[in-house]
Amino acid sequence: MTYTLEGSTGSWEVVVGLEVHAQVISQSKLFSGAATDFGSTPNTQVSFVDAAFPGMLPVLNEECVAQAVRTGLGIGAHINLMSRFDRKNYFYADLPSGYQISQFEHPIVGAGAIEIELADGSTKKIGVTRLHLEQDAGKSLHDQHSTKSYIDLNRCGVALMEIVSEPDMRSPEEAGAYLRKLRTVLRYLGTCDGNMEEGSMRADVNVSVRKHGEPFRTRCEVKNVNSIRFVQQAVEAEAKRQIEVWEGGGTVLQETRLYDPSRGETRSMRSKEDAHDYRYFPDPDLLPLVLDEAWVESLRAELPELPDAKRARFMREYGIPFYDSGVLVAEQVIADFYESVATGRDGKMAANWVIGDFFAGLNRTGHSIENSPVSAAALGRLLDLMADSTINGRIAKDVLEAMMDTGEDPASIIDARGLRQVTDTGAIDQAVDAVLAANPDKLAEYKAGKEKLFGFFVGQVMKAMAGKGNPALVNEALKNKLG
Amino acid sequence: MFSDLSIVEAASALRRRDFSARELTQAHVDAVAALNPRLNAFITETPELALARADAADAALAAGTAGPLAGIPLAIKDLFCTEGVRTTAASRILGNFIPPYESTVTANLLRDGAVFLGKANLDEFAMGSSNMTSAFGPVANPWQRAGSNAVLVPGGSSGGSAAAVAARIAMGATGTDTGGSIRQPAAFCGIAGIKPTYGRCSRWGIVAFASSLDQAGAFARTVGDCAVLLGSMAGFDAKDSTSVERPVPDYLAATKRGVRGLRIGVPREYRMEGMNPDVERLWQSGLQWLRDAGAEIVDVSLPHTKYGLATYYIVAPAEASSNLARYDGVRFGVRQDGVDLIDLYERTRAEGFGDEVKRRIMIGTYVLSAGYYDAYYLRAQKVRALILKDFSEAFARVDALLTPTAPTGAFAQGEKMDDPIAMYLNDVFTVPASMAGVPGMSVPAGLDHQGLPLGLQVIGRPFDEETVFAVSQVIEDAAGFSAVPQVRAGA
Amino acid sequence: MSLDPATVRRIARLARIRVEDAAVPRLQGELNNILGWIEQLSEVDVEGVAPLTGGAQIALRMRGDAVTDGGYPERILANAPDRAGEFFAVPKVVE
Ligand SMILES: [Mg+2]
Ligand SMILES: [Zn+2]
Repeated sequence: MTYTLEGSTGSWEVVVGLEVHAQVISQSKLFSGAATDFGSTPNTQVSFVDAAFPGMLPVLNEECVAQAVRTGLGIGAHINLMSRFDRKNYFYADLPSGYQISQFEHPIVGAGAIEIELADGSTKKIGVTRLHLEQDAGKSLHDQHSTKSYIDLNRCGVALMEIVSEPDMRSPEEAGAYLRKLRTVLRYLGTCDGNMEEGSMRADVNVSVRKHGEPFRTRCEVKNVNSIRFVQQAVEAEAKRQIEVWEGGGTVLQETRLYDPSRGETRSMRSKEDAHDYRYFPDPDLLPLVLDEAWVESLRAELPELPDAKRARFMREYGIPFYDSGVLVAEQVIADFYESVATGRDGKMAANWVIGDFFAGLNRTGHSIENSPVSAAALGRLLDLMADSTINGRIAKDVLEAMMDTGEDPASIIDARGLRQVTDTGAIDQAVDAVLAANPDKLAEYKAGKEKLFGFFVGQVMKAMAGKGNPALVNEALKNKLG
Repeated sequence: MFSDLSIVEAASALRRRDFSARELTQAHVDAVAALNPRLNAFITETPELALARADAADAALAAGTAGPLAGIPLAIKDLFCTEGVRTTAASRILGNFIPPYESTVTANLLRDGAVFLGKANLDEFAMGSSNMTSAFGPVANPWQRAGSNAVLVPGGSSGGSAAAVAARIAMGATGTDTGGSIRQPAAFCGIAGIKPTYGRCSRWGIVAFASSLDQAGAFARTVGDCAVLLGSMAGFDAKDSTSVERPVPDYLAATKRGVRGLRIGVPREYRMEGMNPDVERLWQSGLQWLRDAGAEIVDVSLPHTKYGLATYYIVAPAEASSNLARYDGVRFGVRQDGVDLIDLYERTRAEGFGDEVKRRIMIGTYVLSAGYYDAYYLRAQKVRALILKDFSEAFARVDALLTPTAPTGAFAQGEKMDDPIAMYLNDVFTVPASMAGVPGMSVPAGLDHQGLPLGLQVIGRPFDEETVFAVSQVIEDAAGFSAVPQVRAGA
Repeated sequence: MSLDPATVRRIARLARIRVEDAAVPRLQGELNNILGWIEQLSEVDVEGVAPLTGGAQIALRMRGDAVTDGGYPERILANAPDRAGEFFAVPKVVE
């Protein structure tokens, strides 16, 4: 299904490319030894280097380089053994040195790709042009004072990976899928926490529109969109705006815009009077970054299993379907939880229980998987109690609910509430007799050929036994009596 | 008399307790007080700090824990950040800046017991060759032309450092050299000055001018004293990514090696049309002294010499335009208010920077700007590569080079002021070594016909300061330079 | 290449240096004089020459990832021309 927007002159195709700024997980900043924690007291995580005091010099953090390389390897990209840091010069209140140290001509990571999955089950490869390391800026607070802006440099100098995609996406859905997949991969790699609310992942969205078969038209860059939902909205809003411009006889100008979620529209960023001229040049305080191939290979060897590989393995090893395995690998914690439930058990059944009742229970009780009251081991024990016929599936659902509420072990809940399955054929026969005696009319109908009523009798017997009857034995007893 | 002592002599006299560090420092503090009004060599004097440091040196000397520079009074170029002591870079924009940290080089000197008399004047942000661009006024050269009272420039940018040492109000000084800012003022003031190999001294805590060229070095009245000072200043620093991890040799020992068997190159391109005859004659004397001491003199070619200056005047302003962007009136320095942030920036920088600094920032901005980068900056980097290649090829054949330091002796304040290019030509002999990153030293070798000192420059292989010191020492010994400036302590 | 007055203003603007209109002709002359002089580099044959970017001929060193700096907001803010509590302050920036 191709996504198109209808205008007065016909249908339009939307072209989207994303530049994602992902904050690197590291203890200290890219070029200084100051801390990187989120939400600290203003200007406490600032070194003289970050605040660009006279005579201060950058020294590169090896772990940030390793994180960029891991990310590059994780998206199957080319690692450039020789890269370089350049200065991007511009004045801004939260950019103390008057330049951002970035990588312009020679990024550390070259071309790679990310495979996304769409709602209709199809997949698509989105090209990644490059990934480079650069410094984050500080934070300006504009709402604290009527005539002043306040500057906090805590974030200034924190390492970012700028991940630039090809203009390969054709719909808001594809843009969202790309961001979700990228976030998953970054989290698996442990190179970025992907937390968009805290700003550790931000997207610049490049949008253009065209008629089918046309070359690309002018694009606009919607800056700093901080949620996947807003990215999707921004794509649509900006595409519609551009269609209106083109159809109204106008020309879309290449410019930087902002998305305003409250109005659902993009607006031009107050034009900064002068055209940007960043005057990139190699940072003379830093030498070319030369990586040892063996070091890169050692990072490759230590890479965790990534979602696509894990999904394929889950399908193969546990026999679970494509869709379910996709749900289970979307987050590393879920995959780990599932795998620890599934190990040594029926993988399909484990998947059903994790995706079904377990997720529903988390939802109902407002827990995340990280602080779930039911551990993977406890859920595993519940499955074992079903497998050895201590309880039946119906009772297990109730037990899991109780486990969610109390955090107790399934066995103790079963014992305390007397939920053990009844396998005593005498007791079952007794219950069957009572049900048949209480429903003579239904019995007559059954005997007259209305065999569908068998299920009714099963239900009544189970009800009489408070759900604890062993379903197979109840069936057998009924069959005997109904002959 | 303290004013005739070398650092090497004073250090042993202090150890013998011939006099105390306090006495030595007090004499220099008094000399600064007496002569600085005339020389303007210091922007900031720190007599109390100096005396306190001298007392600490005396205590260390008594306890036998004294460092090699214990009690030696020095001038510190006001480009080195000194903790708690105002550091201005001779600019209005930093007129009130008190660094909360100590530069690595000055910290090394303090570690070895040195006493700082104060912060020496310089061209604003080290941009100049005359010390006329300082926001704190020009420095007077302690030397005068025979029969003239005209006030001469000390050279630049480290003019205050050179003048203070020449006038014997400091025993030594730190400087920085980007295109000749140690060697040229040393020559103008009749003292010795060394710019080591790029990467030998840490740049951490030194106000940056052009990062790929800036290098700290030392001034003193003898080659041996420069060796001692550099030995303290130099060394690996993990805080500077361009600092080189190599042990620092015993430079003082190297001054005693002599030049027997060394091959000394004479770059033919340094013999320029219309060369000052005094300079030419002195150069020939220098070569003869080295020949007499057993060196072999070899003609070499550095074909891209003539492009050194133009290359420098693209690379250095480009880097400076970026390095000086941090002076915006937001976190430190002097702010001029504006109607909005851009206006604040523009007024702060227009008021805070002097004309030469603004000129260079604008040239640097232009050569990096879209459409011009390739024609100017990228081309300059390629020519720079060719200049380095010239030196590498020459050093395959010779151990060191001998050239004049500057095309003339000191000129008067006010001369060459309205023509920036004429001013830039002062550095024609020093800039190529800066572009190549190799060490260079200026040694006072004689006087011109006006009675002004002239220097000879010894250029060495990368990280071979030892040979530079060895050759320089031979020149110093042979030249027997004993002339003294008119303005000096004890005169 | 010769700078016109508009370019002089544009460069000054990029460099964030206020230039009064009256000063433009003088600056234009000075800058053109210098640019004309450095023009001599165009005669150098740089065909196939790799640019030399830095002064040091070594590879970049890296440091370990440890928190070794920061945590001194007072020293960071002490020289500020204008501060508001724990922040630097500047005229309000409108985005
Ligand atoms: Mg971007
Ligand atoms: Zn970026």
